[in-house]
Amino acid sequence: MQLQPEGLGAWGIAVALAGGAMRGSIPYMFVSLGECLTEKSGKINLGMEGVLLMGAVTAFGVSDLTGSPWLGVLAAAAVGLVLGAIHAWLTQQPAVNDVAAGIAMIIFGSGLAFFFGKRFVAPMAPQLPLVALGEWSRVGAIQSALRISPLFFIGIAVAFLLNWVFTRTSCGLKVRAAGDDPQAARALGIDVNGVRFIAIAMGGALAAVGGAHLTLYFPGIWSEGISGGQGLMAVALVIFARWSPRRCLAAALLFGGAQALGPSLQSLGITGYYYLFNASPYLLTLAVMVATCTPSRRLAGMPGALGKK
Amino acid sequence: MTGTKPAPPHLAARGISKHFGSLKALDDVSIEIVPGAFHALLGENGAGKSTIVKCLMGFHRADAGEMSIDGRHIVIDSPRQARSHGLGMVFQHFTLIPSMTVAENLVLARPGLPLVIDWKAEKKELRAFLEQAPFKVDLEARVDTLAAGQKQKVEILKELYLQTRLLILDEPTSVLTRNEADEVLGYARRLVDRKELSVLLITHKFREVIEYCDEVTVLRRGRLAGAGSTASLSASRMAEMMMGEPRVQKDVNRSGASSARPVLRIEDLRARGDNGLEVLHGVNLTVRGGEIVGIAGVSGNGQKELVEVIAGQRSALSGRITVNGENHLPTRALLRRHGFFTLPEEPLRNAAVPWMSVAENMVFGVFDQKPFQRSGFLLDRAAMDRLARELIARFSVRPPSPNLPMGNLSGGNVQRAILARELSGEVRVLVAANPCFGLDFKAVDFIHDLLLETRNKGAAVLLVSEDLDELLTLSDRIFVMTGGTVAHETTPAEADLTMIGRQMAGHH
Repeated sequence: MQLQPEGLGAWGIAVALAGGAMRGSIPYMFVSLGECLTEKSGKINLGMEGVLLMGAVTAFGVSDLTGSPWLGVLAAAAVGLVLGAIHAWLTQQPAVNDVAAGIAMIIFGSGLAFFFGKRFVAPMAPQLPLVALGEWSRVGAIQSALRISPLFFIGIAVAFLLNWVFTRTSCGLKVRAAGDDPQAARALGIDVNGVRFIAIAMGGALAAVGGAHLTLYFPGIWSEGISGGQGLMAVALVIFARWSPRRCLAAALLFGGAQALGPSLQSLGITGYYYLFNASPYLLTLAVMVATCTPSRRLAGMPGALGKK
Repeated sequence: MTGTKPAPPHLAARGISKHFGSLKALDDVSIEIVPGAFHALLGENGAGKSTIVKCLMGFHRADAGEMSIDGRHIVIDSPRQARSHGLGMVFQHFTLIPSMTVAENLVLARPGLPLVIDWKAEKKELRAFLEQAPFKVDLEARVDTLAAGQKQKVEILKELYLQTRLLILDEPTSVLTRNEADEVLGYARRLVDRKELSVLLITHKFREVIEYCDEVTVLRRGRLAGAGSTASLSASRMAEMMMGEPRVQKDVNRSGASSARPVLRIEDLRARGDNGLEVLHGVNLTVRGGEIVGIAGVSGNGQKELVEVIAGQRSALSGRITVNGENHLPTRALLRRHGFFTLPEEPLRNAAVPWMSVAENMVFGVFDQKPFQRSGFLLDRAAMDRLARELIARFSVRPPSPNLPMGNLSGGNVQRAILARELSGEVRVLVAANPCFGLDFKAVDFIHDLLLETRNKGAAVLLVSEDLDELLTLSDRIFVMTGGTVAHETTPAEADLTMIGRQMAGHH
C-alpha cells in the first residue's frame, strides 16, 4: 500500500469494506428475501427490479411529504404488496408465463417509478436515523463508515423470521408444499393459488423495503439510475443461496461487499479501474450463474414446481 | 393415539351414475364394502374404477344413486366430508411433498394444525403412533430419499394417522416392484386382519386380487360386470367379467434361436444421476441378434439413467456403446445406419411432442428422408399423412385421426403410436423401458407380441422392466440391475425367484 491518505492502510480498506458491505447489502437482502419467499411458493417474480424502484420513489415521496422516513418505509412496503399482488394475479392466469410477466412488471414498475419520480424535485428527503457501530474508534473515517441503517438489522431479523416460518409454522409448510408439489398440496386440501398469492404479495412488500433504503439513506436523493439492476441481481442471488433465507443474508453481504469495493478503494485514493471495480457485483452475478447452473443436474434446494403452474 | 378405535364403516353405494359431457363414465353401479373387508375393484383402463371412487370420496358428484354408511343415508360433497366419515384414499401418484421430511408430511396433513407448530409435542405423538404401526419409518428422512415402496407405505401411514377406517388404494402397486407390492399389500392385509381397517383396492392385477382380497367388484365400460367373493371366483372367470371374453393364457411364440453374434454391446458405461452423483458404475451388457435381454430391478438402481444414456437424453461420463462392432452415438445418421430404435418409458414425455399432431410425431424418424422431404428442405405433408394413416390402421391407434395433437390420445394409444413409429421399419436394435406401464391387458398383449415379433425377426432387444412377470415371459436372458451395475445373469427357465429378489434388494 503506497497510498495511505488516512494512515489506515489495509485495516482501513477492511473497515470501509465491512461498512460498505453492510450498507450495500440492504437492497440485496430485502429483494432476495422477498424473492426467496416468492420462489418457495413455486413462482418466480423477475419484476423485483420494478418493485425496488417503486419502493424507492414511494419511500422518498412519502418521507418528503410527511417528514417521517418510517412512514416512507411503510408506504413502500404497501406499494410493494400491491405490485406483488398484481404479479401474483397475472401469473395465475392460464397460459401466462412467470418470466414474461416478470419482465413486463420490470418495465411497468420502473416506468411508473420514473413517472412519479419526476415530481420529486426535493433534493433530499428526511432520512432514517442511523445506528452507530463505530463509536469505539476515535477515527472519524471509521465512525462514519460504520454508521449503519436500521434496515440492515431489520433485514437480518426478517431472514431468521422467514427461516422460522418455513420450518416451524403451518403456513410456512403450506408455502413449501405449494412450491414443491402443487398437485400433492391440493390433495392435502391446501389452496395452492391462495397461498402463492399471499407469498408473492408479501415478497413484493419485502423487496420494496429494500428500495426504501436506496432513497432514505445517504445521499438520500432519487434518481432513475438508483437501483443499477440490484433488483435483478438479487433474484440471481436466491439461486446462489439455494432458496435458504439465512444463506440469502450471507449472499447479500457478499454482493454488498463487491459493490463497496470500488468506492472504498476510491476513498483510499485508489482511483484507477474505479469503473471496473464498480462492475464487480455484475461480474459476481455472472460468475455465480455460471458456477451454479449445470445442465446435468437439478439444483439442491430448488422448489420442485418452480415456475410451473 | 389411544386403543379405542372406531370400527371400519359399512359403506354401501347404490345405482351410481356419472356423465362427463356425452361420455357415460358410470352407469348404475353398486358396491358394498363390509367392515373389515379387503375388497378389490377390478377393471381395465377406462372401466370407471377411478370415477366411482372419486364419487365416493367427494371429488365428483354422482348424477344419480345414493350412498349410506352404517345404514344411514349420506351425501358426500367434498373430500373433507368423506374424511369425516372415516374414508381416505391413497392416490396413484404420490401426495407427499418431496422436499419435506416424513414428520413434516404427516403433520402437514393433520387437520387443525395450529399456526405455530410445537414440534416437540408433534414428534412425541408421531413416535407413539409409529410404535403401533407394523412398519417402521425414519421420521427425519426426506421423502425424496425414500424408495417408491417406502413412499407408498408412508402414504398409508398418513391415512392411518388421519384416522381413516376405510382406505381406498388406487393402483398402489403400479410404481412398485413385486416385492415392494407384496410388502405394501401385506401391510394393508395385516391391518384388515386386525379389524382396524377396511380396504378398497383398485387394481387390474389378478394376482393381487387372488392373494390379498376377500371380495371383488368388477367393472367393464362403466357398468357392473360382476361381484363376489374371491374364493368363489377363478382368475379366468374374473378375466371374463373384466374383458367380456375369456382370456386365453398366452403362449409365447418364440421362433428361431438367438444368433451367437453380439449386436448391441455396452461397455463400462458410467453416468451421473439428476442429483449429480454417479448412478451408473460401469455397466457392461451384450445383446445378441434374435434375443430379448431383460433387465430387472427395483426402480432407482440406475435403469432410468441407463436408458436415458442409450437414448441420448443423458451424457455418459465414460464407456461406450457399439452396434455390430461400430461405435454408436445417438445421432440421426447412426441411429438410421444401425437400425436403432428406442421405446422410452413415459412415451408422451420422452418420445413425443404432445402438442404436435399424431402424424408429425409418427414421422420424426424419417421426415428428413425421401419421400417426406423434397428439394432438401420442403416437407411433403401428403406423404406424411399417408404414412400416418397406414400406421394408425396397422397399429390400431384410436381415434384414427392423424391431425389430432398427440397429447389428446390416451396412454395406451400414445404407446401404440410410438410403437408404430419405432417398429415399422427395419429394426436391428430395440431398447424398451417399461413399455406396458399402466396399460390394460389388450394393449399389454399387443406390445408383448410386437416385442417377440421384433426378436423373432433377428433384432437385438433390450427390455428394461419393473414387472418381473413380463421379463420372465419375454426374455431369453435376464440380468438384475442393482446399485448402478448389472449382475446375476439367468434365464427364465433357470430363474430362481428368491435369488432374483435378493439381488434386487441389493443382497449379494
